[in-house]
Amino acid sequence: MTATLPEQDLERHFERTIEHDQRIEPRDWVPEAYRKTLIRMIAQHAHSEIIGMQPEGNWITRAPSLRRKAILLAKVQDEAGHGLYLYSAAETLGADRAELTDKLVNGRQKYSSIFNYPTLTFADVGVIGWLVDGAAICNQVPLCRSSYGPYARAMIRICKEESFHQRQGYELLMTMMRGTERQRRMVQEATDRWWWPSLMMFGPPDGDSPNTEQSMAWKIKRHTNDELRQRFVDMSVPQADALGVTLPDEDLKWNAERGHYDFGEIDWSEFKQVLAGNGPCNAERVAHRRAAHDGGAWVREAAAAHAAKIKESVA
Amino acid sequence: MSFDNAYEAITEENSSRWAFGTGFEDPLSGMDTAVPSGVDAADLTAYCLMLGDDALIVSHRLQEWCTNAPELEDEVAIANIGLDLLGQARLLLARAGGGRGEDDYAFFRDEHEFRNVRLAELPRGDFGKLIARLLVFATWRLALLSRLADSRDPVLSAIAAKGVKEVTYHRDYAAQWAVRLGDGTEYSRERIREGLERVWPFVGELFVPHEIELRLTEAGVAVDPSTLRAEFDDVIAQVLAAATLDVPDVAARAGVAGRTGRDGVHTEAMGYLLAELQSVARAHPEGTW
Repeated sequence: MTATLPEQDLERHFERTIEHDQRIEPRDWVPEAYRKTLIRMIAQHAHSEIIGMQPEGNWITRAPSLRRKAILLAKVQDEAGHGLYLYSAAETLGADRAELTDKLVNGRQKYSSIFNYPTLTFADVGVIGWLVDGAAICNQVPLCRSSYGPYARAMIRICKEESFHQRQGYELLMTMMRGTERQRRMVQEATDRWWWPSLMMFGPPDGDSPNTEQSMAWKIKRHTNDELRQRFVDMSVPQADALGVTLPDEDLKWNAERGHYDFGEIDWSEFKQVLAGNGPCNAERVAHRRAAHDGGAWVREAAAAHAAKIKESVA
Repeated sequence: MSFDNAYEAITEENSSRWAFGTGFEDPLSGMDTAVPSGVDAADLTAYCLMLGDDALIVSHRLQEWCTNAPELEDEVAIANIGLDLLGQARLLLARAGGGRGEDDYAFFRDEHEFRNVRLAELPRGDFGKLIARLLVFATWRLALLSRLADSRDPVLSAIAAKGVKEVTYHRDYAAQWAVRLGDGTEYSRERIREGLERVWPFVGELFVPHEIELRLTEAGVAVDPSTLRAEFDDVIAQVLAAATLDVPDVAARAGVAGRTGRDGVHTEAMGYLLAELQSVARAHPEGTW
């Protein structure tokens, strides 16, 4: 029984588990800081899935073909499902879904800043699939090897679905590029708007990322922000070429010496503005989520009241 | 699939992961789509549009719920029902044929050419109204599809048989929520009661046969909706009894000179719904998606 061991033994056991690349499971002893860091990460990820439903959900009723409508509705539904797995993973660490939702709608926990940008045309649906889901995959694939078992397992399923979404988004753009001149302009214009915010999805540069070092040591995170960002740029450039769009960065060019693409300076002041709550849609995204949550309170109360009556009549 | 190389995971060729298959140009490919003997092709087209439009328009109202559900489990469930009905609409609009495809029917018909019942288009409303409409619609549609599975048209028969499994779940979902809301709190009881009162004036229309439905029923292809009333009343009585609610006692809503949804005469809500549904497709009539 672990409860009888002194704390230093428990800590040694925890460190050995991490060292040997084994998984931490819900009943294992963990340092409080590890638990808090993971809850924060998983909750932010869950919130991102739920808030991320809004920009794409914006186009479901207007999707211009029934096939695209079905694909988009299924995708947004997948995101709700991802939110569910992730909240469940957070619950294995002692968090409570209702409390986490409360923190989200009261602005006390964050979600990915990318969803504070507006979706202005149907091409945005494709570009979000291609670039935003693409960036999310780069961030998330290494999390499938996260030291915390429930998170790692949730991420395996999520990554499979995300890569499917990315492919669907890219396929939509390919189809639009084969269409009319106006459609091609829509794709280019959407690419221009989403490219830089996608690069920001990897977070601040390594020198300015306060949590990275500890998360790497605990093997919660496996790569730094800048490493992942570079990987994303390297994989997106040939995809843009194949699509026939240009990426809005004059400094983007192959560096044979490094074996990577060089790219321009990210506008970190915009990143900070959006993070501070002043992005184009921050207020609307949170207000929408709060309205749905508050508006549904009576439904949840009714379900609880009915369940209590059933329990009483059985007892 | 490797989880260390994101690029590899994305470019991996495995079409089984595509939810709808990769070649989804013709959802009826491989089926015998000949019009059954003794059936007027225009009648069959109109009938497929009736059932297809019902599904398309109710699905649209469910899509409006996306990101607005009271709980994540319901977010998933409502999207699921919307997807099922969208799938039924696609098959039925494809079956309508007549030289037009599903998208041509969905995006390039005018309001008076839509043949859905008016119940389908009523504005979204709150969760009580969602459940009230879904309970009525799914109870009616399940009774209809389970009989249509015996249609002499093999395509309609197959579409109906698939739909029965789906709509059985839709009815179950709505019935369970009707009971929770009716037997939940005072407030929820009032919300579901009001929801039922709002949809009830449009219930009668569901059972009035259109002349096309009668001709096709005669030919063994369609279902005469007037034969569904007893089953509908029976199921609704059971659900509402469990929910401790009364069947609403409100008058049926008249049509215009006797014409209603099946004749292409809709409520004022329909124009706004179509304006939204068709906006992008019509802005790019030459577009490919």
